Amino acid sequence: MSIQPFNAANYVRRRTFSLIMDMICTLAAMLGLVLLALILFTLIQRGMAGFSLSVFTEPMRSQGGGLSNAIMGTLMQAGLGIAIGAPLGMAAGIYLAEVGRGSRFASVVRFVNDILLSAPSVLIGLFVYQIVVIPMGNFSGFAGAVALALLAMPVIARTTEDIVKLVPDSYREGSTALGARDSTTISRVVVPAAFGGILTGILLAVARISGETAPLLFTSFGNYGHASSMFEGGMASLPWAIYTYAKQPSNELNNLAWTGALVITVGVLLLNVLSRVSHYLVSRGRSQ
Amino acid sequence: MSVSSSVDFENSRKFHLGEGIFRTILLFSALVILITLGAILTILFLSGQHAFARYGVQFLWLDQWDPVRDVYGAAAPVVGTLASSAIALAIAWPLGFGVAYFLTESCPRRLRAPLGIAVELLAAIPSIVYGMWGFFVFAPVMSSAIQPWLTANAWLFWIIVAALVGISLSSMTLATLGRSIFGRIVAGAILILALAGIVYLAVNRTDLPVLPSELNPLWWWFQGAPVGVGLLSAGVVLAIMILPFIAATSRDVLNTTPQLLKEGGYAMGATRWEVVTGVVIPAVRGSLFGAVFLGLGRALGETMAVVFVIGNANRLPDSFFAPTTSISALIANTFPEAGPDTMLQASLFALGFILFVVSFFVLALARLMLRQGRMA
Repeated sequence: MSIQPFNAANYVRRRTFSLIMDMICTLAAMLGLVLLALILFTLIQRGMAGFSLSVFTEPMRSQGGGLSNAIMGTLMQAGLGIAIGAPLGMAAGIYLAEVGRGSRFASVVRFVNDILLSAPSVLIGLFVYQIVVIPMGNFSGFAGAVALALLAMPVIARTTEDIVKLVPDSYREGSTALGARDSTTISRVVVPAAFGGILTGILLAVARISGETAPLLFTSFGNYGHASSMFEGGMASLPWAIYTYAKQPSNELNNLAWTGALVITVGVLLLNVLSRVSHYLVSRGRSQ
Repeated sequence: MSVSSSVDFENSRKFHLGEGIFRTILLFSALVILITLGAILTILFLSGQHAFARYGVQFLWLDQWDPVRDVYGAAAPVVGTLASSAIALAIAWPLGFGVAYFLTESCPRRLRAPLGIAVELLAAIPSIVYGMWGFFVFAPVMSSAIQPWLTANAWLFWIIVAALVGISLSSMTLATLGRSIFGRIVAGAILILALAGIVYLAVNRTDLPVLPSELNPLWWWFQGAPVGVGLLSAGVVLAIMILPFIAATSRDVLNTTPQLLKEGGYAMGATRWEVVTGVVIPAVRGSLFGAVFLGLGRALGETMAVVFVIGNANRLPDSFFAPTTSISALIANTFPEAGPDTMLQASLFALGFILFVVSFFVLALARLMLRQGRMA
């Protein structure tokens, strides 16, 4: 191709085309953001309609009532889920970043972990139904917690690996030069240095699992009252309560479902913001 | 810790119990991830094997789901899953790219970070919220306004399709045959054909609905009772749900292009759009597809956003508005009532196995494409 002399008319045409495409993309962005804002607006509007203190104090009833047992159930299942999933995920993430760094095995695990990260959560529910609910003979909060743990584990493994990799090698070299074994270097030097970031990952995992509905439908199922135990009988959860109430042909219960949705969304978004703030503080502390 | 004057080299090379246990625990946790994936696949397959044994591969295209006669086929939920995800992708892909382009190129610098964070936060909203919005807000609008308008103006949609197909086919012809006379003639013929189709549609637009549905697929796909829930509603709600995912990942991908390359483009006198299409996109094309496939993976397996709006009717969709079902919605609806060791339950597990395998390949492809751009 030969070099063309500058063509002013041609340039105006190209610039106009570029501006038009700019505008189309901006419009697309506006459309997308407006749609999403619309959903948030509906959520707040309808959620506030059924909002009252009794939502947090009264258990579910077929009429009226609140969501206290569901909130309690979500806290317990998500808490136990994280208690199971976090150590496994952290250890796997540390393995990928430290012991197995660069090995073929680690890259296979990393690949599989990335797939588990977005695997259909309803299938995790089916899986846990077969390996926990059937052997135990009944639905239980414990089964729900196992399903949530399986969802939390890949999230935590991924964030832990990412953050542990960021710890400068000079830390490891310094520790090893002092005669520390790998286990000491990792547990006393590397992990404490990355702890803020690991915590961020765990917060994100809590946010991710506390809004999950599908894996709980066949594991902890649900319960209109407070569950007497984690191991026997169904246990309510906030997403399950929302799902159940949204399907009822009753305005009152539908409003309660919206309130539940507002509560869970505010909780999830708060956890996300919190994890961002902690991440920001940690990374600022490191750069100083 | 005190520094000893003589280091015991012999001892340091020996096996150390604590170190061994530590490494074993880490390795075990990494193995748990592999085992989980293997166990999910195995359990789903074993639990569904009665359905596979009874129907064989036919299970996939058996268009019946009748608990009374105890006959179960996967055609409707499989088609519903694929079709709703395809609609979602067709809407969310351009919008998501638009958002990503806006956030990386044309948005004022000061707004980039807050809007970017807003998009990422939207991706964290629980999917059941999207489902509820679809059911309580979108479905009524769909049945009262959108669907009647689409039914009356179906010809517009097919004109757009004809134009897009004509342009892309002719430019593909030019790209493969080159700008020879032969290539130009074929490309021109394709364009003329497309143009003829457009003219035909525009001239006959009011007559189209009169033709019988079996003969006129154009008419057929925009007909149906305005119930508000159905294939298109599910696709739209899914699109809104995966939009933040696609937008956030595409933005990260676009941001990986080295600044130097872009500056080189601008230095050559290229406009912003020319820099993006000529420099940025060729540099990150694989990763951009990866971002979209990641969104597709989410859409395929999504349960709560779909179950509210797809209509939960177990039959093949015969129009964009027809209530149908998807694998995940069918499982969520039917599984609690299916007794253990029944053919119904085995069929649901078999469907779950199919969904897992499909999303495995989609997500694996997404990761491989993202990794090409060193994003993964």
